[in-house]
Amino acid sequence: MTSTLSILLVVSAALFCTGLLAALSRRHAIFILIGIEMMLAAANLNFIAFWRFGPQSAQPIGVMVAIFAIAIAAAEAAVGLAMVIAVYRHYRTTNVDELDQLKG
Amino acid sequence: MNIVALIILAIFTLAAALAAATLPKLMHAALSFAVAFVGVAAFYFLLGAEFVGLVQVFVYVGAVAVLVVFTILLTRTDAQKDRGFNWSGVLVAIAVFVGLLWAIFKTQSLAINLPKAEPLTVARIGELLMTSYVWPLQCVGVLLTAALIGALILVMEEKR
Amino acid sequence: MVNSIDQVFVATKQWLISWLAGTPDWIVQIASALINIGALLGVFLTMFAAISVLERKILGRIQNRYGPNRVGPFGLFQPVADGIKMLIKEDIVPARADKVVHFLAPIVIAAAAILTLGVIPYGRNMTPFSIDGGILFFFAVGSTTELAVFMAGWGSNNKFSMLGAMRAIAQMFSYEIPLIVTVLPVVMVTGSLTPDKIVAAQHGYSLGIIPHWFVIKPWGFAAFILFFVSGLVESNRTPFDVPEGESEIVAGHMTEYSGFKYATFFLAEYLGMFAVSGLAVTLFLGGWQAPLGLLEFVPSYLWFFLKLSVLLFVYIWLRGTLPRMRVDQMMNFAWKFMLPMSFTCILAAAVWHYTGRGWVGWLWSLGVIAIVYLTLSILLDTKKKFAPRTYRFAE
Repeated sequence: MTSTLSILLVVSAALFCTGLLAALSRRHAIFILIGIEMMLAAANLNFIAFWRFGPQSAQPIGVMVAIFAIAIAAAEAAVGLAMVIAVYRHYRTTNVDELDQLKG
Repeated sequence: MNIVALIILAIFTLAAALAAATLPKLMHAALSFAVAFVGVAAFYFLLGAEFVGLVQVFVYVGAVAVLVVFTILLTRTDAQKDRGFNWSGVLVAIAVFVGLLWAIFKTQSLAINLPKAEPLTVARIGELLMTSYVWPLQCVGVLLTAALIGALILVMEEKR
Repeated sequence: MVNSIDQVFVATKQWLISWLAGTPDWIVQIASALINIGALLGVFLTMFAAISVLERKILGRIQNRYGPNRVGPFGLFQPVADGIKMLIKEDIVPARADKVVHFLAPIVIAAAAILTLGVIPYGRNMTPFSIDGGILFFFAVGSTTELAVFMAGWGSNNKFSMLGAMRAIAQMFSYEIPLIVTVLPVVMVTGSLTPDKIVAAQHGYSLGIIPHWFVIKPWGFAAFILFFVSGLVESNRTPFDVPEGESEIVAGHMTEYSGFKYATFFLAEYLGMFAVSGLAVTLFLGGWQAPLGLLEFVPSYLWFFLKLSVLLFVYIWLRGTLPRMRVDQMMNFAWKFMLPMSFTCILAAAVWHYTGRGWVGWLWSLGVIAIVYLTLSILLDTKKKFAPRTYRFAE
């Protein structure tokens, strides 16, 4: 039986798998980060969907978790992109296949 | 809640997300990433969490997308295309999707259809942030400061 | 009688909606939204045309010359001539430009500017779209302007455009923090993010003649000035028009745009200016409320547009008077002065609130702001002394 909640969960699962696709099959470091951001957004969507259609609780926990998750995702994106720039300065490449040494 | 609006929005967001994951040209993919997040924010509006939707547009489209395009600019190589596409990633993604779909349709208790009683106001969220969630708020503040300082140190020019 | 003039637009809209009385709910909602949007676009596009010619005339007078005075009486039909010129110009797109991105950039920037106009209360009961987090909506949509500027700069495949776009974005997001942080004292004191409630919190008069506008309190005054300056920067106006300075970088991110697309960028810049001024009026100057109790017979929307016109005049005046700032001076100003001062405004508002919101609070918050201001001016002194002016030929 498909209810609205099921449709939302399917959408967020599809978004998660699209992010997984971007993170696994792209070779540019920035796109892997984009994929990770998409996965985080899909998880947030799950939280909000369950807050809306789940059992009523005194506090809107789903919404609070989503807000904190957005803030943390932004921080992680900033640090990840800074690392991509720093790596580019050393190795002159952003293709993750070519970044296979630990030597600086 | 309107099912038609939900479906249209879902198609739009997933199309933008797929474009972001598969377009070869970097800039186009980065810009469709921004569009996909606007779609997700529209989902939040439809579900009644307006504050989260606004924060999503503000943080993701206004900040993270700008960071991504700046980084693409600063790490330019001659050809602006992403070389190489790993097809095994597609298989893994499809497998995970099938697994998740099976899990969603197997669970019995997902037919809850009751709408919310009172709308969630920004005042309520602010009250909660300052009373029950004040320690997570402070921790996120410290985390953001650490991320700011860390990102700056990572990209600062080294003194020779 | 007075009340009906004040509510004439609201009554007109109700009358128009009453034609659709029998139809389902969503049709009425869509019709209501369309009427709001139509009215908004009509008013602000006319204002854009009027401001474009008034600005040139006022700038001309500041520079001791007439502005445009050929087309129509006193040159007031100049926008018509400008519009026809822009429409019949050839639309040149560079051959190696990214067609989709190049085309979408002016549309996105104009759309963002128009969206921000929708949450400002223009009169009593006259907010086009009343959202619970209206101020946050304004800033969220305003921050998508940066992405559109970047799209314009990158899509043109031109080094000047790219450099102009990067400088524009650096300038815009540096000043976005003071812009938002100066709004926080107002939100804190009112306890709400809804523009309607913020206007309602500024009603009433003490001693009958001093309105309760936030600009009259010391933290409100400092916040208003900081907000105004940040708004100037966000709209890329002189003295902060490095992104579009003609003598520096051709036209920055708008270099490769001609004809109607350039007019769209121009439109977006002016609408952004209107939106930021409108928000400043709402947050600090009491919105659509009258300054004196006995002037309340004047309709509310007239007060709003009068205050908006005063702020726009100050924008144009600054453009005619001040030279352009250098990029590093601008960034120093933002990060070293405006950011600490905006945090001080929050502190001052809290001090005002906790010492009772009266005269004592006024003086304490003034003290806080004065101490921080003096400390910053001593710390940031660059120790450059100006040499006495000597004139080679004009003695």
